[in-house]
Amino acid sequence: MSTLSFRNVWVEYGNQVVLERINLEITSGTFLSIVGPSGAGKSTFLRLILGQEKPSQGAVLLDGEPFPAEPGPDRGIVFQRYSVFPHLTVLGNVLLGYELAASPFTSRLFGTARNEAVEKSRALIEAVGLGPHSDKYPSALSGGMQQRLAIAQALAKQPRVLLLDEPFGALDPGTRAQMHALIKPLWREHKMTIVMVTHDIKEAFGLATRLIALDRPRKDPQAPERFGARITYDLDLTRDSAVPVLGFIRASVQAAQ
Amino acid sequence: MPRAMNVVPNRGSRMLLALLPFLLIALIYVVGSAQRRADNPDDKLLPPVSEMVATSKRLATEPDRRSGDYVLWSDTAASLQRLALGLGIAAVIGLVLGLAIGLLPIAGAGFGTLVAVLSMIPPMAVLPVLFIVFGLGELSKVVLIIIGVTPTLVRDLSLEVQNMPREQLIKAQTLGGSTWQVAIRVVLPQIMPRLIQGLRLMIGPAFLFLISAEAIASDVGLGYRIFLVRRYLSMDVILPYVVWITLLAYVLDYALVWFGQRAFPWAYAQGGR
Repeated sequence: MSTLSFRNVWVEYGNQVVLERINLEITSGTFLSIVGPSGAGKSTFLRLILGQEKPSQGAVLLDGEPFPAEPGPDRGIVFQRYSVFPHLTVLGNVLLGYELAASPFTSRLFGTARNEAVEKSRALIEAVGLGPHSDKYPSALSGGMQQRLAIAQALAKQPRVLLLDEPFGALDPGTRAQMHALIKPLWREHKMTIVMVTHDIKEAFGLATRLIALDRPRKDPQAPERFGARITYDLDLTRDSAVPVLGFIRASVQAAQ
Repeated sequence: MPRAMNVVPNRGSRMLLALLPFLLIALIYVVGSAQRRADNPDDKLLPPVSEMVATSKRLATEPDRRSGDYVLWSDTAASLQRLALGLGIAAVIGLVLGLAIGLLPIAGAGFGTLVAVLSMIPPMAVLPVLFIVFGLGELSKVVLIIIGVTPTLVRDLSLEVQNMPREQLIKAQTLGGSTWQVAIRVVLPQIMPRLIQGLRLMIGPAFLFLISAEAIASDVGLGYRIFLVRRYLSMDVILPYVVWITLLAYVLDYALVWFGQRAFPWAYAQGGR
């Protein structure tokens, strides 16, 4: 069981406090949604887990150990855009993860090793429904298909934590619904922890098992940068009690699944 | 009546329109040449086309009486070799330095300003230095092209690397890529189309440096020939040579486009990054 812990984390840029006093334990297998207004530090929160950003105070721990302060293969990510490599085909994009792991110098595989990796890649591509498109370049794919590819690519590394930074924000509602139907079974099957930042409240409640809201509870009109965002709501969505937000009906979501 | 900006010529008329200015220039030349000949049968400034064709034929098919070379071809081979060496080495240096400066903050801090300053040195101003240091042989001509072309390529490519979406570099790291792997599998392939573009734009300056160096000190080459026969006012050699150089540059440009489209189809696809 891998647990992601935030111990009294502060993030400050000079005078500006972005996040303050974040204390959080995310147990393995959680699907965590993060919501909050723009500028509340959602992306900063994600970058902390990614290792792209260091806390000014406190520590972020994976299984009780601090992890290296740079992105690594144990934490996968899907961004809103630019997650896939335009110079590689769909197959090449997924294959790259295996190639980087197996061949430190040339980063290319040959013979049986390559065939095995291609086999595994094709299985992942099938799993996200891109089977017929595996020889296309990303520029020939729609936005939704590119995001599917980005997910397949991240899954190839079997990350312990998968980070989703508004992954479906640029998609139309129909495609978004398809992506929701895709991600939930993948999450169950691969038994990973998912941390998803989103602006879509319905999506946040519909997919996640836990939801946190970030906001700035204290405001100083003279110095708006003085107080950072905290966790203002922390909701367990696995309980069967009603969740009192915006009249959202969980039953209908469960029925839909 | 549609607006002028909405009138799109079809394929046939497009080719006709492209050809028209060339025909016009040729016509003006022929008329001007005939006019001057009529006034002065010894006119050397605008030789008639027939004379230029005869001279070109002689240069291309008859061995030179003194050296036994086919002058046009030996000049072309010498110049193209210098050009290819210069552009090739400049491309390699440009790729390596551009990639390093764009991708590694340490290299950027160390070399970025240096390259920015070096690129401001007028290459022609250091030509005497090159002749003194590298002698009058092939090396100084190749080095002049390298010095003239490389800084621009380095700056262009390092900017291209820096303009790559950060997301891609982070994604590559989450796939387990080391700095080296990210450089050769993610960054390098993506700046190759930009390198092709950079080389296309640099063909002109490269020829400029080549012909300048050949004009000053050489014994074979397209630039050398032009400046040699200038003493005899041999416009019947100079004009065909200029046309030939232009044609070479144009074909080179076209070849680079052709190669880029074959080698990097993703970069030319609709909506590529």
